[in-house]
Amino acid sequence: MKTLKIEELSKNFGTTEVLRKINLEIDEGNFLVLLGPSGCGKSTLLNIIAGLETINEGNVFIDDYNVSKVEPKDRNIAMVFQSYALYPSMNVKENMIFGLKQAKTSKEKIAEQLEKVSTFLQVDKLLERKPSQLSGGQRQRVAIGRALVREPRIFLFDEPLSNLDAKLRVEMRREIKKLHQQLKTTVVYVTHDQTEAMSLGTKIAIMNHGVIQQNETPENIYNKPSNTFVADFIGSPSMNLIKGKLIKNSNNISFIADDSSLEVPINNYDFKENSDLNDKEIYFGIRPEHIYFKKLNEDDFDINLRADLSEYIGHEQIVTLDYSNQEILAKFPSTIKIELEKEMKLYFDLAHISLFDLKTKERI
Amino acid sequence: MQDNLQSSSYKELEQKSKYTNMFLRWFLYFVLILFASYFIFPLYVMVVTSLKTMEEIRQGTLLTWPSSLNFDSWLVAWGGRGYGAGDTFLRPYFWNSIKMVVPAVFFSTFIGAMTGYVLTKWRFKGDQWVFLFLLFGCFIPFQAILLPMARTLGTLGISNSVVGLVLVHTVYGIPFTTLFFRNYYISVPTELVKAARIDGAGFFKIFFKILLPISAPIIVVTVIWQFTQIWNDFLFGSTFSFGEAAPIQVALNNMVLSSTSVKEYNVDMASAIIAGIPTLIVYVLAGKYFIRGLTSGAVKG
Repeated sequence: MKTLKIEELSKNFGTTEVLRKINLEIDEGNFLVLLGPSGCGKSTLLNIIAGLETINEGNVFIDDYNVSKVEPKDRNIAMVFQSYALYPSMNVKENMIFGLKQAKTSKEKIAEQLEKVSTFLQVDKLLERKPSQLSGGQRQRVAIGRALVREPRIFLFDEPLSNLDAKLRVEMRREIKKLHQQLKTTVVYVTHDQTEAMSLGTKIAIMNHGVIQQNETPENIYNKPSNTFVADFIGSPSMNLIKGKLIKNSNNISFIADDSSLEVPINNYDFKENSDLNDKEIYFGIRPEHIYFKKLNEDDFDINLRADLSEYIGHEQIVTLDYSNQEILAKFPSTIKIELEKEMKLYFDLAHISLFDLKTKERI
Repeated sequence: MQDNLQSSSYKELEQKSKYTNMFLRWFLYFVLILFASYFIFPLYVMVVTSLKTMEEIRQGTLLTWPSSLNFDSWLVAWGGRGYGAGDTFLRPYFWNSIKMVVPAVFFSTFIGAMTGYVLTKWRFKGDQWVFLFLLFGCFIPFQAILLPMARTLGTLGISNSVVGLVLVHTVYGIPFTTLFFRNYYISVPTELVKAARIDGAGFFKIFFKILLPISAPIIVVTVIWQFTQIWNDFLFGSTFSFGEAAPIQVALNNMVLSSTSVKEYNVDMASAIIAGIPTLIVYVLAGKYFIRGLTSGAVKG
């Protein structure tokens, strides 16, 4: 039984296609993050799961039951919003029990739930306050509490941390993670922040233009991006994509960048398909953090590159390098002294590269 | 040397700007007082005249203070002289106006709030057209609809009655009240409605429990606006009612214009003030509820 299943789901707003043939499955207790740039349809998808938006095509199942035409309140879900959406005229207590009261829950049960959740979230001292008298973090906690008291099957989070300042955001992120570890409820979480997605999700579904680009564990998304969009979206700075082509002869296969004669051996790369590789035009993807200043592994490929620019960002520095007229970035510890305008010896970690077809942008 | 020079020139500049500021300040006060007296002057004349006897009015000037506070003309304006035919006084018409203004303000405000709520939180296809047509209602000159409205009231059998006037004022208030509430609710985050829907609240529950409690500022604005419009209306009142069903503004007009004998300026002034007092009271009472930002807790603080 899948806790949540989405089947061939499409959604249009007038003539604009917002979601196209979405398929998704979540197992009990998983934490799925919908990640993507603004306008990719992730919030619409969440609203559809909640029942706040209608569906043009396809179906949504919760516990194998088709809820596509079921009212939001009957879907056994709870949602936390970006703006918290606390009812301004009600105090914290009334906010938290509003849903239970609508559902005609018994007074004893309401009191018990309120007691349990408010202590758990440490808002039990704030019950009489109005939302306007709370700090950002407290409001967020109350909003989560309002979702918790209903003991839903699925928690929906719509960018819940975007309104908080940087420090509080990291704290609340950790609290949400803790919460999920303790409660083991199924979560669908929408964000545009990759750090949030990476640190919280057990699975991440990356979306762009209404299509799911990749839906896998954070590790796979980071290490084996399925196309250049994912490669570019995840990581900061994002993955270097060097244009060039493959050369295959007998047992060896290597990469040559445009305007370069240097052959980078990639015999150990795990190709999806082995045919037709010779002369194939590709992007050679390597993350800035996988270019080293010192040789770390036996297989690291040494290469001479000219450094053009160095940006100091505290614990590390981002160096702009010139790879035969293509600009690439590398991340080094800031303790290393970089001489600009000079060639230096660097090492490519070939165990962590990704290759993409230049035309289809897909991983090969 | 250089430093000294500079500090002395700074001192000079400081002096200069001080004088300029002082001059500007006094000038500002002067202009403000001038305008304030321009507005207060007619009221002063009205009050003073209403307290004088006709004898005093004939002898003195407009501005002279009454020799004694004489409220006789107020009593006459409100309750009449106590003899039969031809004695027009405001009391019955005042109650007519109250009976008209209270339901008309209530219904137009309530319906406007509902429409504003639907137009912002329950969007539907073509809702912007509905809003556009409603807005159009704000710009139609009322004279243009007098005849069709008279027919309508006649057909409904409520012409020349307070009920008819309530209907007219409610209908023609809705474009304005809708505009007010729509513009207010558009700034209320729609996520509130979404949250309430997930919590299981329906259309009316969301309106009454979530939105109305935070609408105090706009309700006050709308009530003041509607009350002033309807209370002060003369056009609809004089067109759709006459005789005993007339609202106070029409009665005031009849009283002042139809005097067959000598013009009693003191009674006229007292009547005019009586007709204007309720609007003043509404402003004074409701004005202090003009508090903004009651929704500040809902969005980011």
